[in-house]
Amino acid sequence: MMTLAFSFLPFATTANPWLTAAAIGAVVLASTAGEVFTAAAMKSVGDLDQIRARSGMRGAIRAVLTSPLFFAGVFFLAVAFFSLLFALNHLNLSLVAPASASLTLVTNAVAGKIFLKENVDRRRWAAAGLVCIGVYLLAH
Amino acid sequence: MVQHKLLPRQYLILSLVAVCAPLGDSCLSRGMTAMPSISLADPGALIAAVFTPWIAAGIALLIGFFASYLTALSWADLTFVLPATAFGNVIVAFLSRFWLHEAISLERWAGIVLITLGVSFVAQGPSLTQHPAPIAEEALPEETVVTGGQR
Repeated sequence: MMTLAFSFLPFATTANPWLTAAAIGAVVLASTAGEVFTAAAMKSVGDLDQIRARSGMRGAIRAVLTSPLFFAGVFFLAVAFFSLLFALNHLNLSLVAPASASLTLVTNAVAGKIFLKENVDRRRWAAAGLVCIGVYLLAH
Repeated sequence: MVQHKLLPRQYLILSLVAVCAPLGDSCLSRGMTAMPSISLADPGALIAAVFTPWIAAGIALLIGFFASYLTALSWADLTFVLPATAFGNVIVAFLSRFWLHEAISLERWAGIVLITLGVSFVAQGPSLTQHPAPIAEEALPEETVVTGGQR
């Protein structure tokens, strides 16, 4: 989502492979942590449609904004945003965008299983794998 | 995993997530490329960019995306929402092919097919993992509760 917004930034064409791995890894890890915390926050808040029906839009916004997990999620998403900024400063957009988008899908499936106790069955693993390769091909 | 089928309203929310993110990105990209080169030494230019029509439309769409995304996460698993919303990439690819008449390489068609397959896989399954309800403390037998005074 954030990559296109920063497509105007200049980038280098060559980079140390360790720096490449570290920069992309930082984006992927921070983004995964942000997604997991946000998902955990929304699970603890409950069905927003029901809350909105019961307490109105203001009640739904209050329910989200009073969750500490939500702010932890926003914090890590902000870290992911600045990591992406750093990565784009050193690497090609055509490498960072597909690599981080597709790797994040796989790390989210692993984190969802471990931290959110989601039942990631074979169907979901297959979906994550197919979408991961598909996003890479589409964005490369 | 318990079967948990989505309501039409919930499919609408997922469609909003899928459509708003790529459209918002496209608006931001179009707005930023139309602007003269911006230096990080001049942050005022970045703030001024927020009030241009394409950037403002992009931000509005991304706010819509985030609100729909949070709503979707409140009733569906993260591992369900993320692949399902990746379908937005396919929508953008089709828009660029048939609306903007851009060429799509064989590699990208392969990507579209794989994402569509992945989304159809995940959409056929349950959207939410049901965890057993925690046992209420008062329902526990009294002898299982160990207090300091009993030691």
